[in-house]
Amino acid sequence: MLWINLAGVALIAIIVWWFWMYKPSGVAMQDGAIEILVKDGVYQPSNINIPANEESTITFIRTDASPCSEILQIPDLDINVTLGLNKKVKVTIPASKPGRHAFHCQMKMYIGELIVE
Amino acid sequence: MSESINDKSASKHSCCQNKNVATSDLAGDTPSGAQNSIDDNSSPTQQEHHLIVEGASCASCVTKIEKALRGVSGVQSAEMNFAQRSVMVTGNVSDGSLITAIEIAGYNAKIDASESEEEALDEKEKADFLYYKKLMRDMTIALVLGVPLMIYGLFIGEMTVNTTGERLVWFTVGLATLGVMYFSGKHFYVGAWNSLKNHSANMDTLIALGTGTAWIYSMVVVAVPELLPEMARHVYFEATAMIIGLINLGLALEVKARGKTSDAIKRLIGLQAKTARVIRDGKDIDIPIENVLLNDLIRVRPGEKISVDGLVVEGHTAVDESMLTGEPMPVEKSDGDKVVAGTINKSGSIVFKATRVGKDTALAQIINMVKRAQNSKPPIGRLADAISAYFVPVIMIIAVISALAWLNFGPSPALVFAIVSATTVLIIACPCALGLATPMSVMVGVGKAAEAGVLIRNGEALQTASKITTMILDKTGTITEGVPKVTDVLLADGHDRDHILMLAASIEAGSEHPLAMAIVDSAKEQGVEPQKVSGFASIVGKGVEAALDGSTLLFGNEKLMKDRGIDIDAFLDKAQALAAEAKTPMYFAVNKELAAIIAVADPIKTDSIEAIGRLKRNGIRIVMLTGDNRLTAKAIADKVGISEFFAEVMPEDKANKVAQFQEEGEIVGMTGDGINDAPALALANVGFAIGTGTDVAIESADITLMRGSLHGLADAIAVSKATLRNIKQNLFGAFIYNAAGVPIAAGVLYPFFGLLLNPVIAGAAMAFSSLTVVTNANRLRLFKAKDH
Repeated sequence: MLWINLAGVALIAIIVWWFWMYKPSGVAMQDGAIEILVKDGVYQPSNINIPANEESTITFIRTDASPCSEILQIPDLDINVTLGLNKKVKVTIPASKPGRHAFHCQMKMYIGELIVE
Repeated sequence: MSESINDKSASKHSCCQNKNVATSDLAGDTPSGAQNSIDDNSSPTQQEHHLIVEGASCASCVTKIEKALRGVSGVQSAEMNFAQRSVMVTGNVSDGSLITAIEIAGYNAKIDASESEEEALDEKEKADFLYYKKLMRDMTIALVLGVPLMIYGLFIGEMTVNTTGERLVWFTVGLATLGVMYFSGKHFYVGAWNSLKNHSANMDTLIALGTGTAWIYSMVVVAVPELLPEMARHVYFEATAMIIGLINLGLALEVKARGKTSDAIKRLIGLQAKTARVIRDGKDIDIPIENVLLNDLIRVRPGEKISVDGLVVEGHTAVDESMLTGEPMPVEKSDGDKVVAGTINKSGSIVFKATRVGKDTALAQIINMVKRAQNSKPPIGRLADAISAYFVPVIMIIAVISALAWLNFGPSPALVFAIVSATTVLIIACPCALGLATPMSVMVGVGKAAEAGVLIRNGEALQTASKITTMILDKTGTITEGVPKVTDVLLADGHDRDHILMLAASIEAGSEHPLAMAIVDSAKEQGVEPQKVSGFASIVGKGVEAALDGSTLLFGNEKLMKDRGIDIDAFLDKAQALAAEAKTPMYFAVNKELAAIIAVADPIKTDSIEAIGRLKRNGIRIVMLTGDNRLTAKAIADKVGISEFFAEVMPEDKANKVAQFQEEGEIVGMTGDGINDAPALALANVGFAIGTGTDVAIESADITLMRGSLHGLADAIAVSKATLRNIKQNLFGAFIYNAAGVPIAAGVLYPFFGLLLNPVIAGAAMAFSSLTVVTNANRLRLFKAKDH
């Protein structure tokens, strides 16, 4: 049982590390723009590096039919957007200071982060 | 220019506005339209214009068109996508000048309006229906396997593996279950895997882990039963299939129920006309609504919809504006009156000049505002948001702890109990119910308010409106009509009412004073036409004098009459009584004898008393502010049942009064006309702007009342209270569901009652918990604000 218990504790540690501690690096923009695919339950890519103090444009393409994925919210920037199915939706991110801004669906099941640096 | 060219090219759809969002079809590389654009005041961006070019047949045309466009003053950039025949122009320039430039270059152009709001909505409904059908198909496949298996396990036989024959049979069932997992549950597993790779977890993660654990354990039992004690050789294929089936069913029903929550916005979008009858070159032509230009003359016949906003230039009619303002009575319209897109012309035929088209019409702005508000969250949802961010990993940890607890302390077969409890914990937890609780209610509540002519700016305004303890009302234009009218004509013996009105209107016709205008308007309303007077003279601060048909006319206050030695003693009491009723009495003398007293007042709106009563019944303290004198203020306050009022308040002091009440701990709502009350509206916890439906200052307040009636205010508060109550019910239900369901699934009741949940029951509960939230939100659709 000791080994099983140790394995259980290790599993909990892995969950904590994987979901909360680990900070994945972001994907850089190309020429001030990037496309994010909303598909199969996630934003791909989900972590985006954007330059500080510059306006950026992110194009969202939603191919996931689940209504959960329809609304995109970036609360820090007061952005609230409806993503039409199979539509390209360009979202302009205003120039902002370095920091991190979460973006997600209404239920926070689709999660991503804008890393301003 | 021919009609056909006009029709195609002469379009000025204002899809070009500051935006931080633009939508295009996925098929094109370049955005082909700019529909569904959403303004964001925080990020002013360059104006974009999207045009479709016709007649461009070779690649060299691209250079020619781009050059022509860049030559237009104000254009910053012009890029043409030859494959799409589309052009995107940025700059401070009108669509009309761009179209002209393209036409001069030898081509035709029109605004790219590939998708209207209505088309987008149709498309969404089609997509939702297809998704619903897919989920129902997935559900059917899963239940075709799951239901017989469950019936077998419950009533017919044991789902255990002891013999080689049983191993073969269950192995076959295991493969069939794998098929179900692939065909009906693939989206859960793919979503879970993708989330895992992104270091995030969602509902898919829980379902995939729960059903996956049950299947893998069962296959281990089938493959190597000898590794497990005999009591633990139980398979759970039915749980996997049933859970996948039930959750797909729950999702399908949720898609259906969600559709109903957007009924209000569908109705608003449905108000938009599709075509307009424009008068061009003296001929009436029907053209698509998006091709209507500013200043176009548009003819509307009885029964037809007004296509864009404009000013009536010909004809007289009554227009039904109830769909926008909630005001049931049709509104009379004639020369110079405003008409609003989406309203219906009831009686006469009119011609009006387009003043706002495309996305600039009041209706388009209302739709945009309602959509934004429906997607915003009130602060009450923040706790659920905070929990949602940690929810799934926490549930995974609880599942591990639960399994360890059963393995360490559980009865035999501990492994089975551990697997069952971990699976059930994963399956029963429902982050979606928490996540849906607030937005679904806001969606319905904001829509419900819009139907009553109340535009709520965002979720925060909705929540704060429900908590208002003190409502400050501006008097003029809010409680009263805001336009003085003749209320009383008291005649001296031997005088005729119409004749006196004619004389009074004649002498006042030359004056710009609001009281004079009230008298002239009143005479005209009664069919009495003023005549030309001679010797008109204004006596500053006292009144006016003139002559007509040999009679001398004198019209003014008590002081003027006394100065001219006219005896008014017989009327003094009556005049004082009128003054006590907040009316302004004016004396009218003909040939140096008093002929009448004409009283003018700003009348109280017919339903103000009733609406203020509604607010008071809801426990709200009502305070009236006015710049008028104390006597008038008291008279009005007494009439409408307000005991607390402040008179002679300058506009700049209104904000101070708001601050004073806030310092007393009150949550203050301020209602005004949105112009000189602006500082007070901004400072109040919730600012209510009273609009008329035609010139709504949409962006000026937290909540805009489209009709002039104070019932809109009472409706707004009733809807906000009902919505908050609904949100609380949803949040409570979702919290209790998870807080009770997860421990029960983990087995906390087992030591006391021997109760451990079946994973299939957990799957059903989870599937229907979200549905319950959406259904409860839909109950708000039945709410009738006027009853509260």
